[in-house]
Amino acid sequence: MPKVSIDPITRLEGHGKIEIFLTEEGEVENAYFQVPELRGFERFCVGRPAEEMPNLTARICGVCPEAHHMAATKSLDDLFGVEPPQTAKKLRELLYSIFFATDHTTHFYALAGPDFVMGPDAPPAERNILGVVKKVGMEVAGKVLKMRWDGHYLIQMMAGRAVHPNWGLPGGVSRGITEEQRAEIEARGLEAVAFARFSLELFDKIVLGNPTYLELIQNPAYLHRTYNMGTVDGRNRVNFYDGWVRVTGPDGKEHARYVSRDYRDYVAEHVEPWSYLKFPFLKRVGWKGFVDGPDSGVYKATPLSRLNAADGMATPLAQKEYERFYETLGGKPVDPTLATHWARLVELLYAAERWVELARDPEITGETFRLLPEKTPTEGVGCVEAPRGTLTHHYWTDERGILTRVNLIVGTTNNTAPISMSIASAARGVIRKGRAVTEPLLNMVEMAFRAYDPCLACATHSLPGRMPLEVVLRGPDRKVLAVHRRNLE
Amino acid sequence: MERPAFEPRIIGFFCNWCSYRAADLAGTSRIKYAPNVHNIRVMCTGRVDPTFVLEAFARGADGVLIAGCHPGECHYMEQNYKALRRVTPLGRTLRRLGIEEERLRLIWASAAEGPQLAAAIDAMVEAVRPLGPLAWSENWKRSPAAEEAVASAAREHAEAMEVSP
Amino acid sequence: MLGIDDKILEVDKAFEIVFWPCVMDGKVRDVERLPDRSIDLCLFNGSIRTSEQEYMAHLLRAKSKVLVAFGSCAHEGCIPGLANLHTREEIFHTCYLDSPSTENPGGVVPRTETEVPEGTLRLPLFYDTVQTLDQTVEVDYYLPGCPPEADRIWEALVAVLENELPPKGSVIGPTTTVCDECKRTRSEKRIQGFKRTWEVIPDEETCLLEQGLVCCGIATRAGCGALCPQVNSPCIGCYGPNAGVKDFGARMMSALASVIDATDPDEIEAILARGVPDPVGTFYRFSLPHSLLRRARGSSGGNGRKEVRHA
Repeated sequence: MPKVSIDPITRLEGHGKIEIFLTEEGEVENAYFQVPELRGFERFCVGRPAEEMPNLTARICGVCPEAHHMAATKSLDDLFGVEPPQTAKKLRELLYSIFFATDHTTHFYALAGPDFVMGPDAPPAERNILGVVKKVGMEVAGKVLKMRWDGHYLIQMMAGRAVHPNWGLPGGVSRGITEEQRAEIEARGLEAVAFARFSLELFDKIVLGNPTYLELIQNPAYLHRTYNMGTVDGRNRVNFYDGWVRVTGPDGKEHARYVSRDYRDYVAEHVEPWSYLKFPFLKRVGWKGFVDGPDSGVYKATPLSRLNAADGMATPLAQKEYERFYETLGGKPVDPTLATHWARLVELLYAAERWVELARDPEITGETFRLLPEKTPTEGVGCVEAPRGTLTHHYWTDERGILTRVNLIVGTTNNTAPISMSIASAARGVIRKGRAVTEPLLNMVEMAFRAYDPCLACATHSLPGRMPLEVVLRGPDRKVLAVHRRNLE
Repeated sequence: MERPAFEPRIIGFFCNWCSYRAADLAGTSRIKYAPNVHNIRVMCTGRVDPTFVLEAFARGADGVLIAGCHPGECHYMEQNYKALRRVTPLGRTLRRLGIEEERLRLIWASAAEGPQLAAAIDAMVEAVRPLGPLAWSENWKRSPAAEEAVASAAREHAEAMEVSP
Repeated sequence: MLGIDDKILEVDKAFEIVFWPCVMDGKVRDVERLPDRSIDLCLFNGSIRTSEQEYMAHLLRAKSKVLVAFGSCAHEGCIPGLANLHTREEIFHTCYLDSPSTENPGGVVPRTETEVPEGTLRLPLFYDTVQTLDQTVEVDYYLPGCPPEADRIWEALVAVLENELPPKGSVIGPTTTVCDECKRTRSEKRIQGFKRTWEVIPDEETCLLEQGLVCCGIATRAGCGALCPQVNSPCIGCYGPNAGVKDFGARMMSALASVIDATDPDEIEAILARGVPDPVGTFYRFSLPHSLLRRARGSSGGNGRKEVRHA
């Protein structure tokens, strides 16, 4: 069967691979999303002292180390049975909000932005951040760079380093902040809120104001009706740092709502021999293969899912945007994959508002930023929302706190099945009998993938890592017809 | 035909003032002892950097013996304590990496203790012999499957053609 | 984007970026088609533990004039290098067969070739042993750190542009240790016991090692500005060893040995057992693949299986 391969390679540490099989007539028979990377953290972390985990697991990902750092830190609280003081919790959530805002900015402007700003048909040489800068102007570029710079600067100030912080401990954090630092955090937070609003306006102008893009967003090739997962607070509003994991169905109704410790009652992972990454699914529905719908255990954990799984946002401006989002797209749940980009901007606004809220909290400069554990460690679970999805860390240790077993369900991993499905359906939508397979078409397949902001196999990224994607097209004689390589960017 | 017994190759770091002289003494006294130790003279066991030990194992040694002056008798006052403090974390690390305890030994022998040193050497050789060769570099030897896999990556790329722009 | 965001546009002016998966759309095929040694500078990050990664290392070496091992992974193996404590089989077992949340009644593990109804799907071979870049190809320079800090990256780019590079095979970076950059006050070090980080809230002024925390700054190359001690966290050694040091772990062991205040063997053993319960993880946290022994015993011939040799 002819095969189109988007085969990447190369990048040095890992990549994603898409194989699209065509029928003799040139229609898409099936598509597979393969992850050819594995490091084995669940194995080699065993034998390490548990307190190393915020630093060890940060190296799972160079783009979202803060997510792992935070999930690990929370897992340590649970493991040692120590409740951090309010100041510590607030400091953690503050850092986390800054991180989220920065990360979402990077993704939107550097990854997704080029498709919308330059257009999916634009030549590859222009479809990148430099092309965006040329098109929208240096002023916008300046704002983006400032946002990223501020975020990294503040994270380094609070937690040691912008990439791979060294801060989280059971019972709190290694250091608090001074009033001077707090004031700076607040000032930049206000700028972040302005930037988030600006980004939403830009999105309105460039994307929503353009019927071609609107049509693209609503294109059934980019649509999947799956379950949605996200973390919510006590009032079912989106929260990145803590709360209950909530799953809603394709019909919008609540399927599950659980505390992180109970994750194994709800989620399990499936293995395929053609990918190193596993496929999580909802246990109570069951693994039915790469299909969507209420009878399939496949679920999404993305900014879009978080909005779908919640009842609203916890800050006023973001709440208004949340309402506008659903009004425009026809109510809950919203399924089109490309709407994720918009959802990401709504989250950006929430993250910035929350950043300011916490910076203004009277306890944020409190002197007690850590309590020492007193109990013997045994077992602990910690969950946070990574920008790319719900992240779970589960540790077991001996009485000295040396790890005996580790289980990790990582943000993007949640989405491996829906990513596969999105790619297949995008491919079916754009690759048709009688239509030559061109680079822009393959880019449109990749857009389905890119919406998930995947962070696969970031073995070593010291850069905001992106994965190159290769699409390999094979003809009926199994000979490779084409290789299109695309670096997520 | 009987397989020849494995003869461990042991690298020895002997200090100039005590253990090296003891080895000399054993020699001149015609005390027979196992010839398996390749003797390296250092001025003091305090000179023995863990790097020497690691390098010895990496390059094929089956065992490493460090022999110095008795505590309190170091020619340079306290440097044999340094050796002791270094060998402890080193030994623990080696064990975690799968190198058996018997393969690294730190002993004390004064210049007059020729027979004692000879006996210690014999004991170490007999402790290492049943463990077999360490052959450490075998651990990272390349598999033929790897060569084939790298070559096939190149082939898969070469087979591909370009998509029209 | 390397942390040099504000300078990125200057970089774009000075260099033509041919291949930067992170940020640009460039094809591997384009790289393959380039003449050999036509890329002026390649910053290669990542270690090598699959056949795909090895292929890329060879390809980029051939096409580049100057190949820099960028970051701890390429330089020393970094934290994923701790996988060298295991074999492929052990890792697969934990991830796919023994995982507490995985349902895999068929015992499926990933394979290099899988037949599906539509054709064959391939995966690269997963090696037993993580290799560093210089264990795979010849490396011209190293930029250490996890991650390398922005200033050091910028200095390296400028050095390339101005052709003011140190001798080949050098690490581009300072030749002192983190202690040199750390602002804490140091006096004499006599430690009678090491503490785990969660056991104590250290004071902000005194050297962390003197307070009994295992701070690797004493053995680690400078370059980061001693950022972690500024937030009360001991250095974990991500910049690797200082100049002239072959094996980071060996240096760190010696460093700890020199501050332990004990002479009795049992006491020394007890101090280390309690304070450094994981010697490999502490001494070789970032550098196991680059160390003299490279990995734990376990694999002969890279076949994934642990083998025990007999006399």
